[in-house]
Amino acid sequence: MTAHYLLRRALGLLATLLAASLAIYGGLFLAPGDPATLLVGGGKPPNPALLAEIHRQYHLDDPFLTRYWHWLTGMLHGDAGTSLAHHDSVAHLIGSRIGTTALLIAYASTLILLVGTALGTLAGLRGGRTATAVTAATGTLMAVPTFVSAVLLIWLFAVRLGWLPAYGTGDGLADRLRHLTLPALALAASWLAYVAQVTRSAVHTEQGSEHVQTARGRGIPERLVIRRHVLRNASGPILSVAGVSVAGLIAGSSVIEQTFGLNGVGALLVQSAARQDLAVVQALALLTVTAFALVNTAVDVATAALDHRTPIGGARP
Amino acid sequence: MTTLRLAAAVRGPGRTGPRGRPVPLLAGAVVALVVLAAALAPLIAPHDPNAVDPLAVSLPPGAAHWLGTDDTGRDIASRLLYGARPSLLAPLAVTLAAGTIGTALAVSAAWLGGWWDRLVTAALDLVFGFPGLVLAVVGAALFGAGLPVAVATLTIAYLPYVARVVRGSALRERHLPYVAALRMLGLGGARACLRHLLPNLAPLVLVQTATAFGYTLLDTAAFSFIGLGAQPPTAEWGLMVAQGAPGLLAGRPEQALAAGGAIVLFTVACGLLGTALSQRLAGDRT
Repeated sequence: MTAHYLLRRALGLLATLLAASLAIYGGLFLAPGDPATLLVGGGKPPNPALLAEIHRQYHLDDPFLTRYWHWLTGMLHGDAGTSLAHHDSVAHLIGSRIGTTALLIAYASTLILLVGTALGTLAGLRGGRTATAVTAATGTLMAVPTFVSAVLLIWLFAVRLGWLPAYGTGDGLADRLRHLTLPALALAASWLAYVAQVTRSAVHTEQGSEHVQTARGRGIPERLVIRRHVLRNASGPILSVAGVSVAGLIAGSSVIEQTFGLNGVGALLVQSAARQDLAVVQALALLTVTAFALVNTAVDVATAALDHRTPIGGARP
Repeated sequence: MTTLRLAAAVRGPGRTGPRGRPVPLLAGAVVALVVLAAALAPLIAPHDPNAVDPLAVSLPPGAAHWLGTDDTGRDIASRLLYGARPSLLAPLAVTLAAGTIGTALAVSAAWLGGWWDRLVTAALDLVFGFPGLVLAVVGAALFGAGLPVAVATLTIAYLPYVARVVRGSALRERHLPYVAALRMLGLGGARACLRHLLPNLAPLVLVQTATAFGYTLLDTAAFSFIGLGAQPPTAEWGLMVAQGAPGLLAGRPEQALAAGGAIVLFTVACGLLGTALSQRLAGDRT
């Protein structure tokens, strides 16, 4: 955990993002036909005056690298062009929707981290029937894809029981959270199960390890043994799968927003792809890949920091 | 092999004993049944999957329509049977293509090394940085929605899953003495790869692609569900869940639940079968 390591990770992240942005922007020119037609979106035949205007606006007649640089610097300044399908700036479209998506992902991440690790720890410490029940339940949950759990949750909790709303965003924080409960559960379900399984197995492995037995043999209170020896050493794998899960939520949110009629950036991405509204898709793809890469890097750094071979807080009395 | 049998005999009826068999057997039966249903759909389906009947809209399950009808009067059971075809073939195409291209890339990178290896590794890392679904959404935006585009983009997304593991294994294999011996015998690189290296990597490739199949099935179904994969009026499971979703609120959940259930059942069976297969292959190798 040195400055050198952090610098190396930061440079790697930067290189990944540059390559990804080049791929996202370059994809536009892999598609058949005039890219200006795609940027107009909607699939209708555009008039020549509009095409010429687009060519000028997007600098489509410049060399590729110049155009790419122009697009990238625009992105970094928050100028992602205009969506012709929405008659609005891309930045405004994203800005007005990102709150819903962020809240949804935060809600689902909280569920995964709290419920997933709690279930897994419980099963790992108790063993026996609890472990079997948790393993069976999480094994089933992991096999259910996000959109099927969404359908099941709507059917059960919104239609049969009528406890929670199935569609819409709601007003005010409490109402919004109430509206986001089913979507967050559907989004979190299979990842939560995955985290629970990994936690159970990590805790179980630590329970049987020699250093834990030694600690018990020395008469250290069970509570402390579990906290300092079992959970601390099990935290490495738990953290890394939790990170993978949160990264997975970013991609899954578009499916969930579409299903529950939430007005977030995920639904915007899907709708824009269907209308071939390229300016929006490029901006959102770059945003998604950036978030994905940031979470993955953060997890790697945190895992390195928690590694027991690095002397952080390990020498407490 | 013999030592393995002996070890199993000493251990008694444990995991490899007869008590462990029913699960892969049942899973195999489910997979075989679904594949058979997909192949024989025209023979066993009671109705035309696309026949619209305005007089039989949103019927509950009954004798004429086992699972009822959808909001345009199409028979849900027949659509479920016909829907198995694209729902299975699209992920199969993704898995086969990703397996073949991924293995070719991995083996050539490991064998040739140098700039080609660095280029392949960098490209795979780049693809790995994109969530598969996002890559497919960008593909749909550029080339239009539909199953062919979904298959092509998901193939690219799944390349790293196969190629990264195979490359590592091929590198290890490449430095084993038998490869050097083959070279000394005067065997060309291509022949050494195809005849000797590939057969040794085959079990690994098989396990990697078999486990990927379940995920590709869920991804293609999810992609059709959001409206960018299979297009109406095609009968496809993911699309059927989406088309059945409004029925949940109208008290007709059959379509969404049946199509969703089919996806889950088949994926679970495939997963169990894949696990059994990989355990068996791992056992054979030790």
